[in-house]
Amino acid sequence: MNEFINFYLIPGLVLGSIYALGAIGITMTFGILRFANFAHGETMTLGVYFTWSLVQFTDIHPLLLLPVSMVLTVGCVLLIDRGFYKPLRNSPTIILVIASFGLMLMVRSVVQFFWGVQLKTVLPGIQMPIVWFDYLRLSPKHIYIIGGALVLMYAVHYLLTYTKIGKAMRAMSDSPELARLTGIDTEKVVRTTWIVGATLACAAGVFLAVDTQVDTMMGFNLLLPMFAAAILGGVGKPYGAMAGGLIIGIAEEISTYPWLGDLWQFNPGYKQAIAFFIMIIMLLWRPTGLFRGKSF
Amino acid sequence: MDQQLYGYGLYIISLLTMGGIYAILTLGLNVQWGFTGLFNAGIAGFFGIGAYTAAILTTSPHTSHLGGFELPYVVAAIAAMLISGIIAFGVGKVCLKLRSDYLAIATIGIAEIFRLILKNETDITNGPRGISQIPKPFENLPEPWNQLAFLGLVLGTLLLVYVMLEVARKSPWGRVMTAIRDNETSARAAGKNVETFRMEGFVIGCMIMALAGAFMAHYLKFIDPNATDPLLATFIVFVMLVVGGSANNKGAILGAFVIWTLWSASEILTTQLPSELAIRTAYIRIFIIGLVLQFFLQKFPQGILPETRPSSPGKNKS
Repeated sequence: MNEFINFYLIPGLVLGSIYALGAIGITMTFGILRFANFAHGETMTLGVYFTWSLVQFTDIHPLLLLPVSMVLTVGCVLLIDRGFYKPLRNSPTIILVIASFGLMLMVRSVVQFFWGVQLKTVLPGIQMPIVWFDYLRLSPKHIYIIGGALVLMYAVHYLLTYTKIGKAMRAMSDSPELARLTGIDTEKVVRTTWIVGATLACAAGVFLAVDTQVDTMMGFNLLLPMFAAAILGGVGKPYGAMAGGLIIGIAEEISTYPWLGDLWQFNPGYKQAIAFFIMIIMLLWRPTGLFRGKSF
Repeated sequence: MDQQLYGYGLYIISLLTMGGIYAILTLGLNVQWGFTGLFNAGIAGFFGIGAYTAAILTTSPHTSHLGGFELPYVVAAIAAMLISGIIAFGVGKVCLKLRSDYLAIATIGIAEIFRLILKNETDITNGPRGISQIPKPFENLPEPWNQLAFLGLVLGTLLLVYVMLEVARKSPWGRVMTAIRDNETSARAAGKNVETFRMEGFVIGCMIMALAGAFMAHYLKFIDPNATDPLLATFIVFVMLVVGGSANNKGAILGAFVIWTLWSASEILTTQLPSELAIRTAYIRIFIIGLVLQFFLQKFPQGILPETRPSSPGKNKS
């Protein structure tokens, strides 16, 4: 049981928090701008590499540098919106999907050009886990990640529930025409969506980089689980994305636990396929997701 | 001098052969995106399924991967298309009822899972080392003629696929396809079964992609998981179709040859540079090809050759 909690459930929670933060951005773009953003993973990669460079210059803990790299990432994403998505605002949404698919490769190639493809780390050295109550082993970075994710999720909740722009975002997600009729500045809502999405993506990327390594494919590898989390939770539903992210993260990690003892074990090489199968089952059983999101 | 000319000749043959294979791939995408309006983000997966099926079925026995069937090329190509079609049918069953974004997500998922299978099932696919010594049609002919004969085979197949798609496009079936793409509700109101037509378009497109994959496996005589890289097997195909002109089969072929020539020529330019710089400039090429796509999407969404609609038979007679 100890082994299950320490090596399967806790890593699952950590991975799930990272997926959840990324999936919130995906589901908001899906709900408000109405397209599946394939470049979202690359936003994460960008945030991670900004942080890596800042760590080289300043030698401060990467999590403390997070606000700076968030600002840089948000700036890039707003520029991308201006240059590539805004001119297509009135095109069919599938054109936006193709544009985002192109941007996914363009942003990655820029990262690979400037930073190279070698593996890097933002947090050198091995951290010793702290042992709680004799059996619970938690490493400090996992506590920071889960704690940081909770703070950011609460911030999203606060934004959507209590602020004017948050309410406008929910209104536009429910019905863009009605939102425009009531005088909501839709461009401002779109900008806020990008800002929130990029901030959370940057945090999710840096959390993953602190937990593992820095690699130019890390964003792309997170893309499918994040889409799956958004669909599982219900498209356009940020709380659904949080729940979906946690479910998929935990499912991926505990899938390799030897449930049947020595009889049979799930091949860890197929761990990444779990998210896809959860997504397919959800699309077959209830395309609107757990939180009754949109179904197009 | 003659030696140099001969070298240029061989380069042009290889350029045309690769362009031809990409043109078949682009025609497959055109059935899906151009005529049916379906966004397949996992072209690499279906292309790879075709390539690996053809490779495994035609190679001689080998200890490191499944093989030794030594089947004829045609049988292997048909098997490749059938397997790809069956998988496409499964994906379509789940996603075609939903909005096109879901199909995009599901197809890229299929492509990534196919890559996981390639990496993990090393007994069948030889993992990252790939399958080599794949037989190639006409390889026993003397030097320029084997290349030329293979080029002829590719271009002949391309012509055949093109003619078949043109006939389909002008037929009532093709007109229903574009009607569904342009206005699903009115097509449904006219009594057309939208899901069935979409499924047909999706499956046929995936089968053509697998055919292109089979040709690539035979042409390169070697296939490894890199062949299913989303960049060279999915993204560039989209660029080819959007630049050439979606929903225009001639445009698809033109786009494939133009973009492949640019891609290949820019590769020659960058290999002249020192190695460290050459690796980095490879990323600039990807960036530029992405910019080309964005430029066409914003300024010329119709592509170089815009769509032409077949005249309806009733109008000409009256």
